[in-house]
Amino acid sequence: MTENQNNLTCAQFQSQLPDLIGSGLDIADHPHLESCDLCRALLADLETIAEAARQLFPVMEPPDELWEHIESAIKEEKSGSRE
Amino acid sequence: MAQSRFPRQLPDSDYAPRAAIDPERAGAPTATASLPATSPNSPQLDALSRAQGGDHQAFAEIYSQHKRRIYSLCLRMVGNIAEAEDLTQEAFLQLHRKIGTFRGDSAFSTWLHRLVINVVLMHLRKKGLSVISLDEAMEPTQDEGPGRSFGSADLTLAGTIDRLALEHAIGDLPAGYRLIFVLHDIEGYEHNEIASMLDCSIGNSKSQLHKARLKLRDALRAFPRQEARR
Repeated sequence: MTENQNNLTCAQFQSQLPDLIGSGLDIADHPHLESCDLCRALLADLETIAEAARQLFPVMEPPDELWEHIESAIKEEKSGSRE
Repeated sequence: MAQSRFPRQLPDSDYAPRAAIDPERAGAPTATASLPATSPNSPQLDALSRAQGGDHQAFAEIYSQHKRRIYSLCLRMVGNIAEAEDLTQEAFLQLHRKIGTFRGDSAFSTWLHRLVINVVLMHLRKKGLSVISLDEAMEPTQDEGPGRSFGSADLTLAGTIDRLALEHAIGDLPAGYRLIFVLHDIEGYEHNEIASMLDCSIGNSKSQLHKARLKLRDALRAFPRQEARR
């Protein structure tokens, strides 16, 4: 495991990553990252994935018959509530 | 410290962040896509008002406006076409029952979005995906501990991701991971909102999201090698 100036191993740093990332702050200047290429690369990849996901917005068209099914179910509910 | 590059947006207006990317994909008809969805007298609000009064044609218009967005959300959350169709139907049936209770405290699309997510969560819980399984997934294993992320730097994603590869990788995520990843990174919910929706801790939500991203990283790094073998 990689030791750094901050005495954090990669495992220790990565165990803190969910909270560090979830804090919303930029952790690029974290002491561990200054001396650890692997964790810096990991963080860069995770940021890339998050950014790509934000742009990822595949919108699919439901089948045409779905509305017919919904209409039928609504009618059934209405007739059921009248009885 | 400066702001992180990780997404923090909220789905608090009528799909505005997504509409900025592609209005056609936001679920609104092209002819009205340029109108703010909450503007007074917009066709959407008119349809909503009429649907709340029991106008079936207006409800059909609302279905038409939101069907793509809702179906796509269901599909992303469950990763299965047949289930997504059933859930879309159930969501619109619930909408039909509850539309009269919408009071405009939030944007209609936000309200509908939460309704749909609740429908999907109910479905997943019935299927056995509970927060228990999310908690269990947090327990480190030999395969999934933090050490799993160690690897040679030459296998990084180099700042580029194939869109299709990412879609496949998300689809292949275990249900619990996919759920939180979709809610946070794609739908834009905050951890406190996800924790509330899933009845789990904020720390759990953060950890699950992190593990989901790690799994995606593994999948995406493997993708070029898989493609090369084809």
